[in-house]
Amino acid sequence: MADITSSLAAPARSTRRFRWSTLADHAILITGSLFMLLPLLVLLQTASTPDIETMKYGPGLYFGDQLDDNFRKAMFEASGFSGQNTGLSMFKNSLILGLGFAFGKIVIGMMAAYAIVYFRMRFATMAFWLIFTTLLLPLEVRILPSYEITQKLGLLNTYTGLIVPLIASATATFFFRQFFRSVPEELVEAARIDGAGPVKFFIDILVPLSQTMIAAMFIIMFVYGWNQYLWPTMITTEEGMYTLVRGIKQIVQVLEGNEIPQYGRANMLAIIAVIPPVAIVIFFQSWFVKGLTESDK
Amino acid sequence: MAKVTLDNVRKVYPNGVEAVTPASFDIKDGEFTVLVGPSGCGKSTLLRMIAGLEEITDGALTIGDRVVNDLDPADRDIAMVFQNYALYPHMTVRKNIAYGLKNRKTPKEVIEKKVAEAAKMLNLEEYLDRKPSQLSGGQRQRVAMGRAIVRDPSLFLFDEPLSNLDAKLRNQMRIEIKALQRRLGVTSIYVTHDQVEAMTMADRIIVLNGGKIEQIGTPSEIYHNPASTFVASFMGAPPMNLVAAELTDETLFFAGLQLPMKTDYRGPVTLGLRPEDLHIDPYGPLAMEVELIEELGAHRLLHGQIEDQRLTVHLSKETEVTTGPLRLSCHPTSLCLFHPQTGERMDCNPKVQSLSARKPQEQHS
Repeated sequence: MADITSSLAAPARSTRRFRWSTLADHAILITGSLFMLLPLLVLLQTASTPDIETMKYGPGLYFGDQLDDNFRKAMFEASGFSGQNTGLSMFKNSLILGLGFAFGKIVIGMMAAYAIVYFRMRFATMAFWLIFTTLLLPLEVRILPSYEITQKLGLLNTYTGLIVPLIASATATFFFRQFFRSVPEELVEAARIDGAGPVKFFIDILVPLSQTMIAAMFIIMFVYGWNQYLWPTMITTEEGMYTLVRGIKQIVQVLEGNEIPQYGRANMLAIIAVIPPVAIVIFFQSWFVKGLTESDK
Repeated sequence: MAKVTLDNVRKVYPNGVEAVTPASFDIKDGEFTVLVGPSGCGKSTLLRMIAGLEEITDGALTIGDRVVNDLDPADRDIAMVFQNYALYPHMTVRKNIAYGLKNRKTPKEVIEKKVAEAAKMLNLEEYLDRKPSQLSGGQRQRVAMGRAIVRDPSLFLFDEPLSNLDAKLRNQMRIEIKALQRRLGVTSIYVTHDQVEAMTMADRIIVLNGGKIEQIGTPSEIYHNPASTFVASFMGAPPMNLVAAELTDETLFFAGLQLPMKTDYRGPVTLGLRPEDLHIDPYGPLAMEVELIEELGAHRLLHGQIEDQRLTVHLSKETEVTTGPLRLSCHPTSLCLFHPQTGERMDCNPKVQSLSARKPQEQHS
């Protein structure tokens, strides 16, 4: 985020006359960026330093030479007993969770919004507000019954169990509903005259029109899914199913005994865990702003 | 190509509002019919019922030989052009035009041929690969027309297609639409609130007011023989002058005007006079106080009063006038009389063909 803000401000008035206010603006921006970057720098520093040094001196000011070594350890060495939870497998699990989560939420949210906006149903408004109020009931509130159901269905330690119980999304439904309502009525009518049925209209017209909205939702939902901690912790007991976010904790916890905690490795994993969400935000950045602010009609 | 028949077609909304009172009329094969009326008169509702976008509460709608009340819009063999074009913004012009055909499983070569034909007809050839957002208003309207044409429907429906365009473009598109309809010979129903569009484009006009049909007729019938004060004041710019007059003893009295009439009716009436049917006559019976002259180049409009009643007079550009008192006359045959309460046309004819007692021969010029 820091990069985005400063690069936006820079070209606007860096040339021509010098102004003290400009300097002050930049000073504030740069200080803020550095402040926000600091935790990341500490991560990087710890990940590059041998664990003993970190243990002895705490976070230092110099980068070490263990980056490569730690990366290999983090990615390819298993930390648990079964030998299945290597960084790579956790990365894969996280990716499946994040993508499945984002994808599922978008599909379900779009279809729910489509039903609410375009079909004359009894209680459509009530159904919408019912969905909307679930925003007030996050996962944590319903975690025990959800767990029980998932367990009884035999979905523990499966991707289905990781993704499906979380897939209904009031947020996505709400955003798509607002978007669909702004699509001109005539477009629906023109499509009806052109012989497009409900399914065709959805696929041929609504989905392409919602592109930017879908991209924006994808970012939010992917990051949300990727960062899930509580649910994967409850659902996955097999190490081969661990996700990155819960795996990092595992490393630091397990190795706190007689041995030196593997700071470098854990921090390396943390960095790896940060990369995909950042990459996605950078990649979809322009779409994101467009999707949430303007509608392309 | 088909004829359209409405038999007591009626629309009542769930909240009990009757948007269209039972309407019956026929539209002949290839005819260009314009539904005209002020906003909220039910003209769009009527059109949307014909299109199938709005349910018909009562009555029967026939297109061609089929009663289509319960058919989907797609199955009614119609095409519609919307006010805001309703083009699919994410599709190119080509895809926009082809979409309806594609949905009907038309073979690819046929689609390509038809799109090319339509594009040629509408001068859209160079824009086929653009998106609607890259086109001007007039071009978008043409694309919307193209989308209608390629389907070879038996009925075109236009829902105020020109009201989003600027005045100049509107005139041009008006002619284009009319010419296109002539060439294709497709039965058309056109909704507008603009009486100029109605007059210039229509083979027949249907004037609507408050969900009720006021009059059906050719533009000239509507203009010269309005069925009610509403039609008289709605059609024509400037509208027909409507003034209060009196009928007694088979004579019509208005200001200095006395005209023998064949009628039994006695009492107040509304007298209708088209601005262009009034003319300057130094010996005329009407004394008007001219307050304002509108110079329109090709002609002039005088606004003034006759005995406290406002009137407008349409004069050719040759006639010199100044504000102040002026004497006017009119052709007795061009008068219209309306019932003062109901506003309906009263059927009564003047007994004489000319007005001025002193110099009758001047009236026939």
